[in-house]
Amino acid sequence: MINVALPKGRLGEKVYEILENAGYGCSAIREKNRKLIFENTEKGISYFWVKPSDVAIYVERGAADIGIAGKDILIEYEPDVYELLDLGIGVCRMCVCGRADFRPDPSRPLRVATKFPNTARQYYAAKSEEIDIIRLNGSIELAPIIGLSDVIVDIVETGKTLAENGLVPLEVVNPISARLIANKASGKFKYDEIQRLCRAVEAEVESGKETET
Amino acid sequence: MKNVPEPEAYEERVGSRLRQLYASYGYAPFKVCKFEPYDFYSANKSFITGDHILTFTDINGKLMALKPDVTLSIVKNYTSGQKKVYYHENVYRESRNAGEFGEIPQAGIECIGAVDKVQQAEVLSMATQSLAIISDHWLLNIASMKLIGALVGATRAGADKVKALLSCLRKKNRHEIRELTAAEDRNVSLAWETLASFYAPFDGLGELRSISLNAGMHEACDEISALAEGFSEEELSHIRIDFSIISDEAYYNGLVFKGYVEGVHTAILSGGRYDNLAGHLGKKAQAVGFAVYLDMLNSLSSGNTAGNPDVLLLYGEDTPLSRVAEESGRLRREGRRVLCLPKGTPPDGTYADIVEL
Repeated sequence: MINVALPKGRLGEKVYEILENAGYGCSAIREKNRKLIFENTEKGISYFWVKPSDVAIYVERGAADIGIAGKDILIEYEPDVYELLDLGIGVCRMCVCGRADFRPDPSRPLRVATKFPNTARQYYAAKSEEIDIIRLNGSIELAPIIGLSDVIVDIVETGKTLAENGLVPLEVVNPISARLIANKASGKFKYDEIQRLCRAVEAEVESGKETET
Repeated sequence: MKNVPEPEAYEERVGSRLRQLYASYGYAPFKVCKFEPYDFYSANKSFITGDHILTFTDINGKLMALKPDVTLSIVKNYTSGQKKVYYHENVYRESRNAGEFGEIPQAGIECIGAVDKVQQAEVLSMATQSLAIISDHWLLNIASMKLIGALVGATRAGADKVKALLSCLRKKNRHEIRELTAAEDRNVSLAWETLASFYAPFDGLGELRSISLNAGMHEACDEISALAEGFSEEELSHIRIDFSIISDEAYYNGLVFKGYVEGVHTAILSGGRYDNLAGHLGKKAQAVGFAVYLDMLNSLSSGNTAGNPDVLLLYGEDTPLSRVAEESGRLRREGRRVLCLPKGTPPDGTYADIVEL
């Protein structure tokens, strides 16, 4: 039996669709009820929904054998897991954003507001640039507008929210997409089952790409 | 009165069997001091798991550290000849995720001096037997830092890209390896990709040989292959070659290995050849060893009620004191562990018997 942690929300539903098409369906998951775990013993699969940012923790600690997490979470929290597939969905970019006319002041550290302090720290450390991190939990776009920060490091999907607030992406930190991750011990003890699932999912993702083109 | 057995914690039971195993190979017990000067650890920080070391200032104003690792102290203590020691000690480290320090029990062995084929096979055999003591469902993964070094040597990428490639290898992240090696020679790129997904018993070594690019990689394949000779058929069924377990090449050279047991989410045993560390500490010696992380046993010991008393004796407000003393005394003389509590106290644990007076 493979236990799968699915991220709640639109991305998780898309991922489940891929898994279902790959032969790992579980009809109970589509029923409207209060169940927390959905199992298909015949297919040897069990699903549960968790907060997207918690998927990696469930997988790292072995509560789930595999899960689907955004690359943003994997970069930020660096969980000790296997990253087996890039599902090519939930595609967006982690960007440095600011006003279009922003010019850095070299006489002081750059003030960076973000929900992803580790990602921002790594990015600027690689450029040997000193920064002052301002950790926020939401409404990040507000920070440079009211002068709390010079720039923000955040996820950009379409750039619409940024544009509406007079901001633009200035630099791309990382490309982001959904990744299939596995617990390291499960990846060994359930090697054949997990590999079989990965190959089926990979084929499904590839066929999806072909249909798109 | 019969002897009442002291409840033995699961960790202690396993620890005791491990110590017996290591002693049966002629390894001597080694006791390390609980703390060392901080400088010693800070100079070798990347060898230690976790970023933080628990420090304090001693009465002479010297900055000391509670030992985060045992191997470093043993190697430091080595002077000459052949040193074969085992330990069962607590180390003090930042526990991952919790963001706080923890006391972590560890058992392990170190073989320092001249490490030949026999010494190395003996260490690997002790590693497999250690895992078998913990669980019937175990796996030992083996990799070679020599092979990784030779592949890095054949790769044109700079230090940062190599670091990223090694990180991808640890994550079996083939898709990013493909991107990172796009500018490399096709054979180099294929070798990295193959290593990322490689997971096979000794008889699957053919695939590894087929991607070998240079003499160093050939030699490493031969060395891995030669290890099989030291294992029984039964042991071989539990062993896989897997390059996602690679360690820091600044300290490790040649063989590295990690052990897993079903029910524990991460490696419970870790070890390898660390001649580089010995050299780093100024010792002219070869070295091999491993540690078993006994704190991981907590994941396996749920339902272990060995520490609970055998009998819960419940007395009422009006039960005469003599009656309680007489009944509990009788049960203790029978060799049973008796917990006396007033009726109505919520029982904490499970008991073989509950006696109400």
